[in-house]
Amino acid sequence: MARIFAYIGHRNGIVDDSAMELFAAARKIDPAASPTALVTGWGASLDTICDALRTTFPEVWKIASENFAYPNAEMIRKALMKVLPAGSIVLVPHDHFGIDLAPGLSIKLNTAFVSDILDVTERSGTALTVVRQEFGGQVSSHVRCDLSSEAVITVRPGAFKPSSSAPLAGVVVDKSSEVGPLAAGRRYLQTVVAEAGDVDITKHNVLVSIGRGIQEKDNVGIAQELADVLGAAVSCSRPVVDAKWLEKSRQVGSSGKTVKPKVYLACGISGAFQHLAGIKGNPFIIAINKNPKAPIFQVADIGIVDDILEFLPEMTNKIREMQSVSAK
Amino acid sequence: MEILVCARRVPDTSENEISLNSTGNDIERDELVYSVNEPDNYAVEEALQIVARVGGKVTVVTVGGEDDEEILRREMAMGATHGVLISDPAFAGSDGRGIATILKGFVAKGNYDLILTGVQAEDGAAQVGGMLAAMLDYPFASLVNSIEILDGKKLKISREIEGGNREISEIDLPCVLSIQTGINEPRYVGMRGIRAVASVPIATPDAAELAVDPGSVGKVGAKVTRVNYFMPALGKGAEMLSGSREENIDKVLELMAAKGGLK
Amino acid sequence: MQGPQEVSQVISLFESARALLIAMHLAGLGCFAYIVWRRLVPLMRGERDCRFDRPWTRLTRVAQFWFGQWKHPRYPTAGILHILIFTGFILLVVRSFSTLLVGLSSNILSPGFSGTTGHFYDVATDYAATVVFLCMLVAMVRRLVFKPARYAVPPRYGKAHTADAIFLLALIALLMAADSLFVAAAQASGAHESLAFFSLPWAFQLVLDSTSRVTAANLCFGAYVLHALAFYFLLCYRPFGIQFHVETSLFNVYFAKLDRGAVKPVRWGVDEKQLEQVKRFGVKAFEDFTWKHMLDFYSCADCGRCSDNCPGNTVGRPISPRFISIKARDYAFQNYPIFGKMGNGKPVVGSLYSEDEVWSCTTCGACEEECPLLIENIDKIVDLRRGLIDDGNVPQSLQKPLKALESRGNPYGKMEKKRGEWASPKDFQQTCRVRTLDKNGAATLYFVDSVTSYDDRMQSIARATARILDSVGENFGILGAGEKDSGHEVRRFGEETLFMALRDHNVEAIKKSGVKRVVTADPHAFNALKHDYKDVPPVEHISQVIARDIKAGMLKFRPIDQSDNTYTYHDPCYLGRHNQVYDDPRDVLDAIPGLKRVEMQRSRDRSFCCGGGGLMLFYEPKEEQRMGVKRVQMAADAGANVIVTACPFCMANIEDAIKVAGLEGKMTAIDLAELVDQQMVRPAPQPAATTLGG
Repeated sequence: MARIFAYIGHRNGIVDDSAMELFAAARKIDPAASPTALVTGWGASLDTICDALRTTFPEVWKIASENFAYPNAEMIRKALMKVLPAGSIVLVPHDHFGIDLAPGLSIKLNTAFVSDILDVTERSGTALTVVRQEFGGQVSSHVRCDLSSEAVITVRPGAFKPSSSAPLAGVVVDKSSEVGPLAAGRRYLQTVVAEAGDVDITKHNVLVSIGRGIQEKDNVGIAQELADVLGAAVSCSRPVVDAKWLEKSRQVGSSGKTVKPKVYLACGISGAFQHLAGIKGNPFIIAINKNPKAPIFQVADIGIVDDILEFLPEMTNKIREMQSVSAK
Repeated sequence: MEILVCARRVPDTSENEISLNSTGNDIERDELVYSVNEPDNYAVEEALQIVARVGGKVTVVTVGGEDDEEILRREMAMGATHGVLISDPAFAGSDGRGIATILKGFVAKGNYDLILTGVQAEDGAAQVGGMLAAMLDYPFASLVNSIEILDGKKLKISREIEGGNREISEIDLPCVLSIQTGINEPRYVGMRGIRAVASVPIATPDAAELAVDPGSVGKVGAKVTRVNYFMPALGKGAEMLSGSREENIDKVLELMAAKGGLK
Repeated sequence: MQGPQEVSQVISLFESARALLIAMHLAGLGCFAYIVWRRLVPLMRGERDCRFDRPWTRLTRVAQFWFGQWKHPRYPTAGILHILIFTGFILLVVRSFSTLLVGLSSNILSPGFSGTTGHFYDVATDYAATVVFLCMLVAMVRRLVFKPARYAVPPRYGKAHTADAIFLLALIALLMAADSLFVAAAQASGAHESLAFFSLPWAFQLVLDSTSRVTAANLCFGAYVLHALAFYFLLCYRPFGIQFHVETSLFNVYFAKLDRGAVKPVRWGVDEKQLEQVKRFGVKAFEDFTWKHMLDFYSCADCGRCSDNCPGNTVGRPISPRFISIKARDYAFQNYPIFGKMGNGKPVVGSLYSEDEVWSCTTCGACEEECPLLIENIDKIVDLRRGLIDDGNVPQSLQKPLKALESRGNPYGKMEKKRGEWASPKDFQQTCRVRTLDKNGAATLYFVDSVTSYDDRMQSIARATARILDSVGENFGILGAGEKDSGHEVRRFGEETLFMALRDHNVEAIKKSGVKRVVTADPHAFNALKHDYKDVPPVEHISQVIARDIKAGMLKFRPIDQSDNTYTYHDPCYLGRHNQVYDDPRDVLDAIPGLKRVEMQRSRDRSFCCGGGGLMLFYEPKEEQRMGVKRVQMAADAGANVIVTACPFCMANIEDAIKVAGLEGKMTAIDLAELVDQQMVRPAPQPAATTLGG
């Protein structure tokens, strides 16, 4: 079976969650695999990353270059082409970097390519069957990938559960010298951080969405606190915008934005058609509303009859508790 | 500037309810409404705005059959100068790499400064743009949400990364960019505009004209094939939680973690 | 009393100045003619407009609206003032000309009229001059002291028009004074007969009583010249401002639009089938307006009644019908000046009007209802929108529903097959079976239209309407999935091609169904079927059907349950103003025993638009407040706690507004059909045996 590599992303000396997920995915593709981590970067933080990865991956290939101080997919692809042996399966997270890197990589390595997989269901000979979603998540599909010339596969973040196993003592192999001089047609200049008001709710996987039930502008902070601990964004239905408690860019609905999150918390939202029309992709909807007859309960997955002004703060506190426990 | 936009005709997700057909091997297509893939439409609008600033022409190309002509007409009604329908029975069943190979054959016959695709289509694969760039050895950038012409040789682009942040880069021409929705506000195309271009000729090159190796495209060349569609688990009406507030919160968090909504 | 010597003094003054006077008259008239010609040039470059048909109807309207000043009393103070001024002017017209002729003939006695007629005429004109003079003073005081709000000019539209208004009022006062002085001085110099008691000339004459004949003669001549100068100055000045309406009003009213509720075609004189050849749709440059629209711009008297009643203007949307006219008029003056080069158009949207301005209008018609000059605004807005659509310049919020209308026949993008599903719920089917018509299915078609078919809340209006039709034994059916959106707003938002496609589809379906008449509960569909569609059977709104059935004794009502509720009826724009159905819904409400009803201040043809229907539900306007909220407050002010309306869009806007205004629990809304359905005494339930298809 081909050797499996996993490209690991990192930021500020912290390994992305995708690392463990890619490991789990690699194991699902080939239970006997000994996946190798591929890490690019520069400086001390790269060493920190490699050290952290050694506990999960038996082998970690470190590729250091000043060109990788910021992950430029164009550059990194060229480096990987030099470093990767023929006949490799490469796993990459399906995020903004993976989308940039992986398709071109598959061409340069002359392999098959399948993206955004959620699961691996079968392996027989050179045929690998995976699960994907189409039409914004409205329908799933089984896809067969011919591995006879190996593959580059991107993996949906959060789809594969990291398995808990005893930490390893892997080795870090420095492949930096194999890269040689690099030049690419695309050069990184800078990153412009989004302004606080620039939240694009359409790009969030989790939304804490508020409706009239929030009752007044001062209570919007309750939702924002919950969103902060969840790494989510606050969105809303039209009445909140009309009341000028939030900007228009936060509105979900037929005259607002269309969102396709994974999880949608509908807090104090009645569930009018105009609002629901803005929610696509069949997310997991949790509805909290004082009114047991609110239409939102027809479309939600989970319903709770409660006062959001009390429920949300308690939920925020609970998550904070959990997070401080897991950080220890 | 000569700009090529690769577009695709897809079922319109916002106006359709996707369901499985009775045999379960495909989605129910009878009552689907089709239109141009939304990100591709943004790409065409962007291309039109660029040539309005610096001069040039926009060509829109798609790989498909007769049915796909309508999206070319729509984009031409929007302002694209040329529409090209690459059509050949040998292309049916191509996977992403096959499509990119076909497009590469077409690009090789022209002289395009800039090639645009949409970020992804209905299958969410987000692959053709990157593949095409690699085949052509052009630099590539995905998720582009702003383009500035620096001079005839390079562009300044912005990519959409996490948290609403933007990654600014310089990229050399010719290059391939995949365009994210929201980069601009596409102009409206009405029925009248489409009727006005109804008889403009559309080029229809086939496999022979593009000198594409038949073994690398179509069902024959596909390495990735869809086996079937199936429905993810659905619920009917909310499951109402009836415990105490604390119990409810715990249950909610547990479910959220399972759905990938909790870090 | 007239000695030959005294008379000859006056006459000799005039005779010696004869050449000068003739020159003055010729110069004045020539100047005026030139100015008018220059003013006509843009009209000659404007688009065609078919306004020469139905001359008798037009003349009747001239009699009613121009001569009869029909709309003026809607604002009582200004209205009466204007009626007085107008009457005065009409009376004085002949005197003006005769006075001018004085300079040319040797007979400075009133030439033309003599004897009793002449005497009555003199008396009448003496009073006319007096009244006009006094009205000018009152008008100036109003402008300077009381400052009616509707005259104010919002800063974005420029400086206040007060100075110009005062100047003109003062000039007219001067004209009246000069004229009166002339008559008085003529009398004092012995050349005239008696003056009307307590009139301005009479007052002057008192003052002149002690002057010598010579002085009086000089004064007479001087007043004459002053009058002539003032007259010609005004004549030539009027075409430079709002006073041009003095000349243009007669024509503007004659050529005014006759067909309420209808929208002008893309090009007059161009058949639909030839529209493909038309290069540009809509108004993009000033010259794309029709000549009549340009005449409208000239005719605007800047009275502000339109904007005062415009609901968009009231809630702070960037729309003001008054300034649609004034801005365009100024543009015409600037680009087609009396002297100098005539410029060709810049794009109108962007320089003259903003896009928001053009999209903000709900086409409610309040402005047109109010305007004493019958200026039309809706057609201009539609033409401007056609131009924007032609250029692809459409707000994103509207593109989605337009696309959905094109592909699915409804703005929500829902599937066609679900259009008739409002009739499917089991408990409803037990009370009423609704047939979907195919070929020759029934006598009556219930045209439901999109919002009522697809919106969960509005579907109950459909069910109520169906039950009503069923209980009066109506043989009816619906088109179901075969029905597409009526296209009413599609047309009014400028997408003419899409409208025609929707219309043609529906007309064919209606023809195929073989129905003899159409009923709808949606005033927008009602208006479309009545005015936008051709070759369809007669159409009625459900309120008209119910009212008639009540009179025929076919509908009986139970007394209202909660007798302490106070109801008020909100007139939907497309049922009330555009189609003048005001009484039928009220008669229906009054037929329900125990129903207490009050009238809002703004009702009937002054009804305040709820916010708009159709595509307007999707547009995101810039406004300070929602129109619906204002309307709900009006209902509360009238003492009502239940608003009854007869339009699903009004229902959507008002129910939403009740929540936004924080009146949930204190105010409710109900549709007329729902109320009737709720209160009507149903005949004994019949088994649903006679169904076809079902």
